Amino acid sequence: MGHIAPPGPRERRGGRDRLMSDAARGDVLEDQIDQWRGFVSRRRAISPADVEEMEDHLRERIADLGANGLDAEEAFLVAVKRMGNLDEVSREFAREHSHRLWKQLVLVPEAEDGAGGLSRWRELGVVLACALGAGLAVKLLFTSVDGEIAQIRNVAFVVLPFLAGWFAWKRRVTWRTCAAVAAVAAVPALAVNLYPFEATPGPFPSPGMTAVLAFTHAPVLLWLLVGVLHTGGHWRSHERRMDFVRFMGELVIYLALIMLGSVVLVGLTFAVLALVDVDLEPFFEDWLLPFGLPGALLVAAWLVEAKKSVVENIAPVLTRVFTPLALLMLAADLVALLVDGPLTTVDRDLLILMDAILVLVLFLLLYSISARDPMARAGVFDWLQLALVGAALAVDAVALTAMLTRIAEFGFTANKTAALGLNLVLLVHLVWSAWLMVGFVRGTRPFAAIERWQTAYLPVYAVWAGLVVLVFPPLFGFA
Amino acid sequence: MHIDKDLVAASATPLVLGILAEGESYGYAIVKRVNELSGGRMQWTDGMLYPLLHRLERNGYVRASWGTSDAGRRRKHYAITEAGLETLAERQKQWSVVADALKQVWWATSHPPVPGSAAAGGIA
Repeated sequence: MGHIAPPGPRERRGGRDRLMSDAARGDVLEDQIDQWRGFVSRRRAISPADVEEMEDHLRERIADLGANGLDAEEAFLVAVKRMGNLDEVSREFAREHSHRLWKQLVLVPEAEDGAGGLSRWRELGVVLACALGAGLAVKLLFTSVDGEIAQIRNVAFVVLPFLAGWFAWKRRVTWRTCAAVAAVAAVPALAVNLYPFEATPGPFPSPGMTAVLAFTHAPVLLWLLVGVLHTGGHWRSHERRMDFVRFMGELVIYLALIMLGSVVLVGLTFAVLALVDVDLEPFFEDWLLPFGLPGALLVAAWLVEAKKSVVENIAPVLTRVFTPLALLMLAADLVALLVDGPLTTVDRDLLILMDAILVLVLFLLLYSISARDPMARAGVFDWLQLALVGAALAVDAVALTAMLTRIAEFGFTANKTAALGLNLVLLVHLVWSAWLMVGFVRGTRPFAAIERWQTAYLPVYAVWAGLVVLVFPPLFGFA
Repeated sequence: MHIDKDLVAASATPLVLGILAEGESYGYAIVKRVNELSGGRMQWTDGMLYPLLHRLERNGYVRASWGTSDAGRRRKHYAITEAGLETLAERQKQWSVVADALKQVWWATSHPPVPGSAAAGGIA
């Protein structure tokens, strides 16, 4: 209707002033109805089907009013008024359909989904196959490879490929990208397994410093490579990188919740079976853990992907809660360090502690940035965050100044260098973030600059982890 | 005439069920029928009808189905169910009790009983 002869701009303007052609009038009405539909659709309690139903009503009313001699615009106004105050109507809808205010997650397709349902079943099948594959791989690792150290250092290398594989399948990543990622991932895998690490001397040999560093940093590197596949190979895109960051935050939360549920379930099973003297422990260790943990990872990843658009991200909500608390904690730390100083035990542990604080602040920063509307103006929360980063930097500065003199005395070990290096990497990240945030809250910089810096800096962590895995061992004589 | 909000709300369910008992209908036609039946004196807020219809549907008093209007638009039609007819009968009973009581009390107030002669004597 009304689109039979789209009027030119001239005709339209003339129509407004004098005689309006039928087509132009229909056009204006359609525009108005479109606008109305937009307003109504924005109400979460009113579903698209309801909007359709009400639009039919509105059009009938307009047609009736038009038949009684009202022109299109007047008829529209009267019809909208008769429809009632949108707030009140929407509240009434909400009262009837309160579940709509709780976003619903549909994991398995329903009968009416038709062809779309099939692809979702297939996706579920692929996820379960990947989970099973990861479980089998872990089981195989634990039965075929001797030595606890050798098993532990390879867990990430046998589990994460399945997650990466699922992303590659889901995002239809090209074979070339997959091959490139696999080739890069093979380097740390070979390094941690083939480097001639020296064990600590003594009756119970344990892995040396560089070995432990390599084992702990390799999964970080591997995880960021999984991220490359999560972005579907478009790892240069800042938006895709931010999506991976969001994915990571939600994954951690879902994983924690799944673990919590599993602990309850397993605990209850243990307790019940203990009543009849059945010992679940061998089964638990041999089968449940090797299959359950990788399975939980895959299922959590699938849940996060499935619920992406349906449920509010929870990580940003938590950062809102914890940012003020963390600020209080850091302020207290800073006061304590300054008043009760100088530091008595200045060692590696202090550095690791400082790294942990910086990582915490970084995550608080990252996850609130990931959910912030870049167009919104600077508010109280942005100041709060700036204060948080400032406090973290101050605490770190106090600890570092105490540290540097000691390091100069005792020299660099692999552990101290790694801890100090990470501190430096984090420091650069936070200092520049703080600098950009100062610009933003003073209104001289757009928020996008802060966002971009976060995603631009991510590869630095991969490079650092790669350095620790590949370069540190030879540099420190595999000690 | 303005009719009190609570009264409109209370009468809406039996009215809609009654209209649907006449035959299958849809939102706008129901509103028009209400208008007709009340001689234009009962004006509903049109939007409020739909949550009500959905509530009746959820309770199983009406059954909804999508059809097409003459203009080719999708339109949701409502038909009353067995349970709806039972509810309607139940509501009819309730309303006639209320209406009956109201009628009596109003007849009583418009024809107030003459105060007894004892009262008249008391004033004097």
